[in-house]
Amino acid sequence: MAEIIANEGGGKQKGKKRSKRHSTHIDMTPMVDLACLLLTFFMLTTAFSKAKVMEIVLPERTPKDQKQDAPEVDKDRALNIILVAGDKVLWYNGLADPRKPPLPTLNETDFSDEGIRKVVLHRNKDLFIQIEQMNKDLVEGKIKLPRDSVESRRLKMKTRDTKGPVILIKAADDVKYHNIVDIIDEMAICNVARYALVDINDLEKKMVAEYMAGKASGAASLK
Amino acid sequence: MGKIKIHAKPPKIDMTPMVDLFFLLLIFFILTATFRPQEAVMVDTPSSISNTTTPEKHIITLMVSKDNMIFFNVDNGIDSSEHLRGKILQAVGKQYQLKFTPAEIKKFEIMNSFALPIDKLKGWINEKDIKLRDAMHTGIPVDSTDNQLLMWIRFARQYYPDFEVAIKGDRDADYKKVKRVIDILQDNNVNKFNLTTNLESVEISMENL
Repeated sequence: MAEIIANEGGGKQKGKKRSKRHSTHIDMTPMVDLACLLLTFFMLTTAFSKAKVMEIVLPERTPKDQKQDAPEVDKDRALNIILVAGDKVLWYNGLADPRKPPLPTLNETDFSDEGIRKVVLHRNKDLFIQIEQMNKDLVEGKIKLPRDSVESRRLKMKTRDTKGPVILIKAADDVKYHNIVDIIDEMAICNVARYALVDINDLEKKMVAEYMAGKASGAASLK
Repeated sequence: MGKIKIHAKPPKIDMTPMVDLFFLLLIFFILTATFRPQEAVMVDTPSSISNTTTPEKHIITLMVSKDNMIFFNVDNGIDSSEHLRGKILQAVGKQYQLKFTPAEIKKFEIMNSFALPIDKLKGWINEKDIKLRDAMHTGIPVDSTDNQLLMWIRFARQYYPDFEVAIKGDRDADYKKVKRVIDILQDNNVNKFNLTTNLESVEISMENL
C-alpha cells in the first residue's frame, strides 16, 4: 500500500561496497488504517453530538398585587385538552361553566396518530391545509420566498387565523413529562395557531373524577 | 550481485496524497469536535418534530432525571475561559456562608452537572472516585423554605444575564417536578426556555383530512 521508497538508483557504482543495498521501505499501512479509523470516528461523532430543542415562551407573570382577568376565550373556538395519568387524553369542546349547565361531556382518546391528532386536525383543518399548501408550493418552487421569511409568513398565517380552535392544555397532577412535550409537539404538527398551557381548575378535576368513576362502574357492570 | 532480476510487479499506486488528505481531514475533525463530558445521569429525552439546535455556549442546563432529581449545570464548554462557573459557585457559596478554596473552584469549573444541596458540594468536588461521586447526587432542594435552585439561577444570571435555559427532562419524570422548575425560572423572570428533545419526523397525508 502506501510506502516511502528511499535510496533508489544505487546500482551504478559497481564493486563499491555500500552499507545499504536495498531501499528502505516503511510500511505505512497501519498508520493509514488508524488515520482512516479516527477520521471516521470524528466525522460520525461531530455530526451527531448536537441536541435538538423545542423552544417555548410563556407569558410573563403578572405581579401578585396586580389583578388581571383571564383573557376571554370564544366558546365556539375553545377546545380543552386534559392530560391524565396513563398516557390518556380527555377532551371537550366549549367551556365548562358551572352557572350554565349542562357541563360538557368528556371524550377519551390517546396520543396515537388516530387519537388526539385527529381531533385537533379536524378542528384546525383550514389553517393546516393552508400552511401545508404553502410548504408544498415552496418545495415545488411555485412561490419563491427567501428562506428567512418563510417562518414569518407562517406566523402571519397563524395570527390572521380567526376560525381555528383555541386549545387549552391542562394537566392532571400525576402526568409524566413526555405527555406535555407530546401534546405541545402535537400542536406544532397540526399547525395550531392558538394554544396555552393552563392550570387545571377544580371543576375540571371534578369532571375528570366523575368520568373515571363512571368508567369504573361501567366496567364493573359489564362484568 | 550484479544480476538484475525483473519481477512481475503489480502496478503501484502512490497513496501519499490520499494519506495527506486523510490527515488533513482528521486534524480538522479533531479540532472542531466538541466533547461533551459524560453526564451524571442518563436522561432519555422525549421526542418532537422541532429541528432547532441547542445554543453552543452560555447555557444553563436543568436536568430532571427519571427519579425526579433536579440537576444544575452551567455550561463548562467553550465559555470556561470566562470562569463563570467559579464566580457563580463563589457567589452562591457566600450566600450560604460557605467558602471554597481556589483549588476547589478550579476543579469545579471543569466538572459537570450536579444535584446536591450546597453544603454537600465540597465533598462532591473533593471526591476522587467517579462512581462514588455520581452516587452522591440527591437533587437540588427546591422547597419554598430552602430554594437553592432559585439562588443558582439568580447568581448565574447576575454574572451573565443572557443565559439561555435548557430543560432536559426525562420522558418519565413527573410533570409536577418540571413544572416546579419552570415556576422557579419564571420567578427569576425567565420566560423563554428550550426543552431538549430528540428529533422525530411525522408525516400527515393531506388526503386523509
